[in-house]
Amino acid sequence: MKLSKLATPNVSHNVILYIEALSVSFDGFKALNNLSLYVNDGELRCLIGANGAGKTTLMDVITGKTQCDMGQVYFGQSVDLLKHDEAAIARLGIGRKFQKPTVFEALSVFENLELSLSTGKGVWFTLMSKLNSEQRDRIDAVLTTIGLKELRNRPAGVLSHGQKQWLEIGMLLVSDPRLMLIDEPVAGMTAQETEKTAELLTSLAGERTVIVVEHDMAFVRSIARTVTVLHQGSVLAEGTMDQVQSNPAVIEVYLGEEA
Amino acid sequence: MSQFSKIWGELRQGGNTITLFVIILFFSTLLASLSNMFLPETSVLHVSTYTITLLGKYLCYAMLALAVDVIWGYCGILSLGHGAFFALGGYAMGMYLMRQIGDRGVYGNSDLPDFMVFLNWDTLPWYWYGMDQFWFAMLMVALVPGLLALVFGWLAFRSRVTGVYLSIITQALTYALMLAFFRNEMGFGGNNGLTDFKEIAGFDLSADNTRVSLFVITAIVLAVVFVSSQLIMRSRLGRVLVSIRDSEARARFLGYRTDHFKVWLFVYSAVIAALAGALYVPQVGIINPGEFSPVNSIEIVVWVAVGGRGTLYGAVVGAILVSYAKTRFTSLVPESWIFMLGALFVFVTIFLPKGLAGLLKKRRQRDNADSGGGGIAGLGVSGEAKS
Repeated sequence: MKLSKLATPNVSHNVILYIEALSVSFDGFKALNNLSLYVNDGELRCLIGANGAGKTTLMDVITGKTQCDMGQVYFGQSVDLLKHDEAAIARLGIGRKFQKPTVFEALSVFENLELSLSTGKGVWFTLMSKLNSEQRDRIDAVLTTIGLKELRNRPAGVLSHGQKQWLEIGMLLVSDPRLMLIDEPVAGMTAQETEKTAELLTSLAGERTVIVVEHDMAFVRSIARTVTVLHQGSVLAEGTMDQVQSNPAVIEVYLGEEA
Repeated sequence: MSQFSKIWGELRQGGNTITLFVIILFFSTLLASLSNMFLPETSVLHVSTYTITLLGKYLCYAMLALAVDVIWGYCGILSLGHGAFFALGGYAMGMYLMRQIGDRGVYGNSDLPDFMVFLNWDTLPWYWYGMDQFWFAMLMVALVPGLLALVFGWLAFRSRVTGVYLSIITQALTYALMLAFFRNEMGFGGNNGLTDFKEIAGFDLSADNTRVSLFVITAIVLAVVFVSSQLIMRSRLGRVLVSIRDSEARARFLGYRTDHFKVWLFVYSAVIAALAGALYVPQVGIINPGEFSPVNSIEIVVWVAVGGRGTLYGAVVGAILVSYAKTRFTSLVPESWIFMLGALFVFVTIFLPKGLAGLLKKRRQRDNADSGGGGIAGLGVSGEAKS
């Protein structure tokens, strides 16, 4: 309730996420090192980088899980994300999908989505609230989008790996977030599922801002307009996939290893 | 009015378990009470007052088990110190009963309980003020344990203490309280605790009618607590609690302040435990620091594990069965009970991880499958066809 006054980020400069000079270290190891990154409103951005490049740490800082040592993170012009905790940041409209699909296994697919709706999230509210027809329609729409309509009453624990990935993406969608952070969405998916995911994510961009972390280069190529390469906690290169792939520094430290 | 109809709707919707539970509890209480009051003592069906009190005691344990199931079964908070809240509720009731003795104590002092006279105290400590009023004492029964749970829960859950670490500090909490209550200087009767009660709200505690009434009141409170807990667990709040149990981080990233949910649930659970303690003390006639002993709290967890977590009725059944076994075996071979309790816990953990309730559920599912697949089995087929 208290957060409603912050609910819409000011994007008058067309930038939804400002990350400036961000540093995080764990026991002396610099997971993020003076990292600066700007993401435009409505953009679909891919983050790539080797293991330990700082992708997940960056997501942790944006979503309030990890405290940073230095730097600034702003949601729009005015909302300082470093001042909020995870729950508040989620209510501001920043949704996050984990690397390992994380759904509530004992609850049904429908209930997983019900809990993800962007309604009141307080103790008293959840005790008293009932779904209205508009919310039911919204859940139904998302169930159709993620292809789990038939399985709505099954416990999420019995879903296949790919279906869990989709359910978790659905949980983000149903909350109508402004910014979605998606960590390795196609890990463990079949080629067909991957293709469907690519379609979905591309269709989301525009009305929402989507940041995807992914290792699968073919997948990144299929969805990305702008790619940011992280290396040792800083931005190494940024541009279209072609620009990035032909960047000598990138070839040397990252793509070079694979070739 | 709409609130009321909503609750009524919930009750009907989740009907089966709730109705069945309340009906069974109601009839067994009624039968036991009637056969105690109206059948002659020579009758085979006569239930002795001793048995009535024993049953009342089991129902208090059942309520205590329910309190633990609410937090452990639904929210994954394993408290190994819930005996502390039970004992605090019991002490609040004990203080009231102590004050009702008046000048009928051994020393005939109407201003001070016997043990204070014995310690040569000449004034009543401030925290005993008001405890001679029934309403005030009942308020304290809920308020003191509730506040302790609030402060403890706030500190623990805000600092994100979970899992085994939380279990250890709850155990430490009850142990510390036990040591404190053993001290005479605390003013709660030290080692001996509070006992020799005479009457409650003007009724003679040794009278059969009072005993039956206490038993009936315990059954009613248990039913109310059961129904309200079921309603909570069937609301969206219940689903948030389960989501915290299954993945607290995910719940947080959906915007739930999981620590708030845990603190309030912990307080709710502590108050139930305290009510159980307050009903227990007038029936058994004594409260002493032994009730804080860590072993007691572990025993509650065994009850819940035996009955089956996360069903509420499982906890009630587990508490009654294990307590009955305890009554039986401690009269045969007193020393061996603690070993049997340990063996029971190991057995249940390995062979019955979902307890007796889990066994029941499995059977029901098998029956469904046999009868041509309603419910879960039917869905299973469509699910596989889909993928």
